[in-house]
Amino acid sequence: MDPAGGFDLELLGSWADSHTHRVQLALKLKGLPFEYREEDSLRPSAAVLLHNPVYGSLPVLLHRGRALLHSVVILQYLDEAWPSGRLLLPSDPCDRAAVRFWSHFADDKLAPSVAAVFSSCPGDGRKAAVDQVHQNLKLLERELGGGGAFEGRRFFGGDEIGLLDVVLGCGSYWLAVFEEVMEVKLVDPEAFPRFHAWLRDFEEQREVKETIPPIDKLLEYATAVRQMMLGGTGADDDNVVAVN
Amino acid sequence: MAEVVVLLDLWVSPFGQRCRIALAEKGVAYEYKEEYKEEDWTNKSPLLLQSNPVHKKVPVLIHDGKPVCESLIIVQYIYEVWSDGAPLLPADPYARAQARFWGDFVDKKIYECGTRLWKLKGEAQQEAKKELIEILKLLQAELGDKKYFGGDAFGYVDIALVPFCAWFYTYKACGGLSVEAEVPKLAAWGRRCMERESVAKTLYDPLKVYEFVCHLKKKYGIE
Repeated sequence: MDPAGGFDLELLGSWADSHTHRVQLALKLKGLPFEYREEDSLRPSAAVLLHNPVYGSLPVLLHRGRALLHSVVILQYLDEAWPSGRLLLPSDPCDRAAVRFWSHFADDKLAPSVAAVFSSCPGDGRKAAVDQVHQNLKLLERELGGGGAFEGRRFFGGDEIGLLDVVLGCGSYWLAVFEEVMEVKLVDPEAFPRFHAWLRDFEEQREVKETIPPIDKLLEYATAVRQMMLGGTGADDDNVVAVN
Repeated sequence: MAEVVVLLDLWVSPFGQRCRIALAEKGVAYEYKEEYKEEDWTNKSPLLLQSNPVHKKVPVLIHDGKPVCESLIIVQYIYEVWSDGAPLLPADPYARAQARFWGDFVDKKIYECGTRLWKLKGEAQQEAKKELIEILKLLQAELGDKKYFGGDAFGYVDIALVPFCAWFYTYKACGGLSVEAEVPKLAAWGRRCMERESVAKTLYDPLKVYEFVCHLKKKYGIE
């Protein structure tokens, strides 16, 4: 290993962005040193637009100057570029398909439903948004249970955290944050005992603690965004800022 | 022990067609099962409901009783299980990451925007047309002067996009979008792909697709 940082990895990200956390955590788990550069997720810099002209979004991982985009694509790349180290994906094709399916579910269904709670108005709209999150959590709860794809496991990756844990875990902290800011119950340990236990175990992992910002910082951030949503545009306005 | 491979699908589905093309490229024998008999979208077989309980949608690949859902996940699965023959994904990790990025781009953009183009009217349709042209231009730029998206080898991104070639006639007839005029290099790529047996045998005549769309529009009272 080159003492000057021979892996040549630079991560452009944002401190409150769960997709950035996914990549940071994955790099830590794989023991890959990297340089980190903080970017403004709402106002992409010239560097971000250069490396991600299609979306202009974060994170961007530069490996020897070449850009890797989309956190789930990046995580798979890390396994394939460093195949002799710790692997994030399982080796069996069926298990890999299940990881990909639920990762897509996390981004396509779960995350938007959680964001919808954050931008909801009190009353029926909020109740419907919370119900949708519960529906999605129920599906994950089932997969951790009898007959599920991840039956009886401590983590989705087995005894150690894997790709799906990283994808679901980096983002699940918003559940606790939104519970407080929006005064709703999202992860009831009685309704979702396995999911709740998994999340608690995930958040206890050393690398996870080193990656995810302190909860009070996230709370402060979410409260500020919520104030902006309500104060700047009016309480019932539909033009709310999305939190990723 | 002989493998049993079943594909739950809908004839016109571009997502199902991705799987059929990948299976054909690999020479995998499988049983095709048509869902939604008589175009009743509620008519889902017990096997489909059991195999894809989360989304209850086709395509689903069932390999020795184990279901795999979502077309691009299925294509990657086919690549990983039947590792001889056609390399559906590039060997180089960076090229592979590029392929996954562009496959995801096709997935996110084409179907949704294309549907708005044939479904809507007036300003909303014009907006969809503008957006779809931009999307196709980005893809054409990514293709460049290569034979296929992956270079010389037909692969993942080609498989993700090629089923939509059968919808180009519908985009023109319903939305006034001429793929040939707007993105001629991409249109040429589509014709090159049609020379492949796996694609030619899978894609339906664009007129049949257009007929299907007209039938849908009538059924849902759009017009």
